[in-house]
Amino acid sequence: MSVPQGTATEPATAPSAPPRESHARAWKGLGWGFLVKLVILAVINAFGVLTIIAAAQVGSWIVLVGSIVILLVADVVYFTKRSIPLKYLLPGLIFLFVFQVFIFGYTAFIAFTNYGTGHVGTQEQAVEAALIQGERRVEGSPTYPLAVVERAGVLGFAITDAGEVKVGSAEQPLEVVAQTGDTGAPADVPGWQIVPRNDLISDKAMQQEVQELRVPVSDDPNEGSIRTRDGSTGAIYTSTLVWDEQAQTITDTVNGTVYSADDHGNFVAEDGTKLPTGWAVTVGWENFTRLFTDPALFEALSVVAVWTVVFAVLSVAIPFAMGLILAIIYNDPRVRGRKFLRTLFILPYAFPAFMSALLFRGMFNSEFGVINELFFFGANIDWLGDPWLARGAVLFVNIWLTYPYYFLVCTGAIQALPADALEAASIDGASRSRQLRSIILPLVLVATAPLLISSFAFSFNNFTVIYMFNNGGPAIPGAPYALGATDILISAIWDISGVSGGAADYGLASALSIIVFIVVGVIAAIAFRQTRKLEEF
Amino acid sequence: MRKMGIGAVALASAILLAGCSSSPSATPSETEDAAIDASGVTLTIWTDENRKPAIEAAAAAFEEETGGKIELVQKNFEDIRNDFINQVPTGEGPDLTIGAHDWLGALVAAGVVDTIDLGDKADSFEDVALSAMTYDGQLYALPYSLETIALIQNTDLVGEDAPATWDDMIAAGEESGAERPFVINTGGQTGDAYTMYGFQTSFGAPVFVQDDTGSYTSEVGMGGDAGTAFAEWLGAEGEKGTKHISTTIDYDTNNELFASGKAAYTVQGPWAIETLTAQGAKIKVNPIPSAGGETAAPFVGVQGFYLSSQSENALVAQEFLVNYLATDDAQKALYEADPRIPAWSSLAEEVSSDPVIAGFLASSQNGVPMPSIPEMGSVWDLWNAAQVQIIKGADPASTWDKMVADLEAAIG
Repeated sequence: MSVPQGTATEPATAPSAPPRESHARAWKGLGWGFLVKLVILAVINAFGVLTIIAAAQVGSWIVLVGSIVILLVADVVYFTKRSIPLKYLLPGLIFLFVFQVFIFGYTAFIAFTNYGTGHVGTQEQAVEAALIQGERRVEGSPTYPLAVVERAGVLGFAITDAGEVKVGSAEQPLEVVAQTGDTGAPADVPGWQIVPRNDLISDKAMQQEVQELRVPVSDDPNEGSIRTRDGSTGAIYTSTLVWDEQAQTITDTVNGTVYSADDHGNFVAEDGTKLPTGWAVTVGWENFTRLFTDPALFEALSVVAVWTVVFAVLSVAIPFAMGLILAIIYNDPRVRGRKFLRTLFILPYAFPAFMSALLFRGMFNSEFGVINELFFFGANIDWLGDPWLARGAVLFVNIWLTYPYYFLVCTGAIQALPADALEAASIDGASRSRQLRSIILPLVLVATAPLLISSFAFSFNNFTVIYMFNNGGPAIPGAPYALGATDILISAIWDISGVSGGAADYGLASALSIIVFIVVGVIAAIAFRQTRKLEEF
Repeated sequence: MRKMGIGAVALASAILLAGCSSSPSATPSETEDAAIDASGVTLTIWTDENRKPAIEAAAAAFEEETGGKIELVQKNFEDIRNDFINQVPTGEGPDLTIGAHDWLGALVAAGVVDTIDLGDKADSFEDVALSAMTYDGQLYALPYSLETIALIQNTDLVGEDAPATWDDMIAAGEESGAERPFVINTGGQTGDAYTMYGFQTSFGAPVFVQDDTGSYTSEVGMGGDAGTAFAEWLGAEGEKGTKHISTTIDYDTNNELFASGKAAYTVQGPWAIETLTAQGAKIKVNPIPSAGGETAAPFVGVQGFYLSSQSENALVAQEFLVNYLATDDAQKALYEADPRIPAWSSLAEEVSSDPVIAGFLASSQNGVPMPSIPEMGSVWDLWNAAQVQIIKGADPASTWDKMVADLEAAIG
């Protein structure tokens, strides 16, 4: 660190002094900014190191590498003088990468797999599961008192069977080594050392080994082998499935069926029967093509897709029109109590949307709901059961929820209009409607168009109102995955993903969400281009 | 069944689990007692809010006697199934989790559960509970409670006698002067085939055909004449007929109508009892009456403890299950913290002194386990939707046949 030239008495602020070193690296006197930075970065480093340790412990390598990189970059950026713009950009960039780019990349990765019900783990885990499922306790096998024994690093089991102590290991079948009057677990096994149960339990590796140890009852493998579940008792089990790693097959020893691994993550026999557990594999474009080639899925999804666009467009256009008209009316100085009335208009916007949706569900009930009772003379109008009425109802709810937002926005835009332009127009003899068309509307649109576009994107993915109001119902007859008439694409994705129960297909759901992302992106891009034209207007 | 809102998933579990590493073993104690020294071992158990106090009771005994540690991670019951399936393969799942028996097929298909061996203790459990937790001849979970739905009647309106048939019930309900003789949840427009199942089985139309041993096959059993007869009945009692069954009734409406004395009978589960009696209605629980001539067999659900196939402490977990949960005291503690029909036979007998429990127990004895085969996951949506359409007046026979055909196509 270089010390400023000159004597100690010379003030540091003297104009002749060389440029000071920045806050970035040194703290001189009351540089509180540096202290604050130091504290914040210390906290960030602490959290970062914690994350790195946790990630290393659970073996999440992506998180591990990611957090190391982020931490290093953050320290370098904030402790050097070099990249000043990055100091402002870095937090945003990190959020962008972690919450946007990574999530999108991961979704894209899942979209090319068959990850879902029956295909969640690795092939190794599927084999393990198959072997677990294929191993059964021999019917009528008694539960033997058992001790885990050890000899020269080899683990074995000793059991007490009708007054005899038998011992064996994975390689060596059970043999009688002693007689005992006791019926408890063997206390003394000649030639072997008994592993105290407590040593066993506190040793994770040994626990694992004992868990996997099978001691054959005799030379004949069909007679089964002893295994233990808890380290103190054993029983005879036989395994009916054998895994051949070379051939990638599992053979059922009882009937000779050979299940071979196929390229869709299943063990399939020649007659088409499958073992229940599969594993996740990459399936290429299959999920995308399935969306268009599976007739039942395609028909239901087309209905959903068309409705999504209609819903999104109307959910923006109608509330905007309503908000604008009301804003113009309530901006007129002749309206009394404008401030109070405006506050009332904001109420639906201030109320939590999911609560409103739930309340409206009750109000639209055809028999008990207040809507039929109050407005339709108690007629039994089946708002939620008829596809078209349900669409109307959900649209109504969404309009009710969103028009105050546009009222707010338009009020602000109108109040910002240049008063002189309007005045000049009225002096020139322009009518009210002409003023609206030629001055107010274009200027308000310039201010609100970006908001309209983002609202469109939001409505396109407005899961809450659909899910809370009627969960996409009524069902489209015969549609897979519980798709319904008011489902929009995002709630359809929710149904397909199976998070709500039932069969899950994350691969298909991811493929669909990528398509939705592209559609929303393209529409937003086109719309923003149009906005620029508005500004030139 | 009642559909809950979206629950928040506890992200914390991953961080909590990261802390489970083994510490140096304690000195081996040479006690004669079977109690093991498990200090340094941490068993992680997933539970929901209701069962948490119950497991805490059993865990306390385990911790005191063995020095081991039980870490309870509380989650939404609705989230456990998916989280377990998704997290066990990554190594971040728990050692044990609470769960419902009808998840079993999905858990087996995902390869995330290990078989368990209850040894001699198996005899202490109700048979239906063990068979529900058995898949393809293997036991996968320690059952602890049964639940089922039953007919609940307002004794002030219709007395305590159980109606023998649907017609008897409707007649008694109408005689009582209540606004509605009978009310049943249809999940609003969603449909609720679960609650309706007792009436369906009374026509001899089970959802899947059972083989000789009682295990479900993947053959759909709802088609044919029996299924059509049920569909016709459903249509006749629906909105274009007697209106006894209506899609305007959802879970809350159903309970409100009964609780306020506007309905004489309803079909509900033990979870709704509190709501049903909140306004002072006096109730009696009886088996569901037959509508189609045969015994009405509702679904029996079983709750239990699953062991993860990736557990690193399987021996200790097994010890906890067999020696600390499969005991009189632990089962009693589980019952007291969360009163459901116990799967532990002696306790079930004991608690039957409570007439409500006795009523549900009687109903469960008529019942059948809900199928746990993975195919069941494909059934609900189509099944619920078809019932709603029929209740609303669609042609029963053709709607039902189409549903069965779609279902067979979906199962493949």
